[in-house]
Amino acid sequence: MVKADWSIYEEDYWAINSVLEDLLKSSNSGSGLLIDRTGQLITNVGTPPDFDVVAFASLCAADFEANNQLAQLIGEKDFSTLYHQGIDQSMYLARIARDVILVVLFDKSTTLGLVRLRVKRAVEELSAIVERLFEKLEYRNEEYDRSVVDEEFTDGIESEIDKLFAD
Amino acid sequence: MSLINYSSREINCKIVYYGPGLGGKTTNIQYVYDKLNPETKGKLVTLATEMDRTLFFDFLPLELGTVKGFKTRFHLYTVPGQVYYNASRKLILRGVDGVVFVADSDECRIDANIEALYNLHENLNEHGIELGDVPFVIQWNKRDMPSALPVEELEHELNPDGHKSFEAVAVKGEGVFDTLKCVSKEVLHKLS
Repeated sequence: MVKADWSIYEEDYWAINSVLEDLLKSSNSGSGLLIDRTGQLITNVGTPPDFDVVAFASLCAADFEANNQLAQLIGEKDFSTLYHQGIDQSMYLARIARDVILVVLFDKSTTLGLVRLRVKRAVEELSAIVERLFEKLEYRNEEYDRSVVDEEFTDGIESEIDKLFAD
Repeated sequence: MSLINYSSREINCKIVYYGPGLGGKTTNIQYVYDKLNPETKGKLVTLATEMDRTLFFDFLPLELGTVKGFKTRFHLYTVPGQVYYNASRKLILRGVDGVVFVADSDECRIDANIEALYNLHENLNEHGIELGDVPFVIQWNKRDMPSALPVEELEHELNPDGHKSFEAVAVKGEGVFDTLKCVSKEVLHKLS
């Protein structure tokens, strides 16, 4: 039985990317990333960042989680958005349905107000896609994932693990 | 939380190194980072204090290779061991797929080991997970110390359920890959 906690299917992936592309265009932002709250990168749209995206995703999730704990300490349920201002580059993070985080990177060619406005709409659209995806997972997950994570796959990865961790 | 991405054709899993402070969690990850080829590992992210104590976490992504067209990536995390960083530990456990408990074999650290193990149970429970639900491997670290307790005693005190365990001297790399190999395979089996 396949027990992947969740999966992203081709059609959802492209639907998400399309919303992100519209967001970047309408807010004049550079890059948009979607990350799950365990720090795993789901997708990355726009100008390819010249930094380690996997590490970036992990730190964004940690940042969001740490701030949620701060929110709870001051009596808030959570902080649904975060903003980090830099001299040249800034970041805007927003919570989407089901433990997913949207991160938008932008520079001085746009304004925080515009980014915030456009993100608000994108959050609604992305939340709807993510909710639909999770509803679909309720009954499609096992059947769909079994085609990938089968015995042949497990044997293959086990042999990769043995090769990789050979002393 | 394992994630299968059918479009980017990736499978991601999360392994957390847990244990008492100064037990060797970061040393394990540092050894893995030092020994692996650059193409199989990502950036080692360390959020530490000036004294090199882990403040929030260490993070190392590993690529296990491509099988059936899917790239499998394991994300290794350590938690800060010091008692007062419990909020951070709890956060890192979110979505965990496998746990390595790095125990300090030094006899004067037995209480710290027990406390850390109890804390792991508690924090997993807060995420709605029982320890038996996730692949769990124990590493008896610092076996080269003159004050190291016999493994039988450690097993009796800390491993009554008989989880898989490995002896290690993480600073020399002994037992590091064996532990990681074991937990990786258990995570994979749980997925399949």
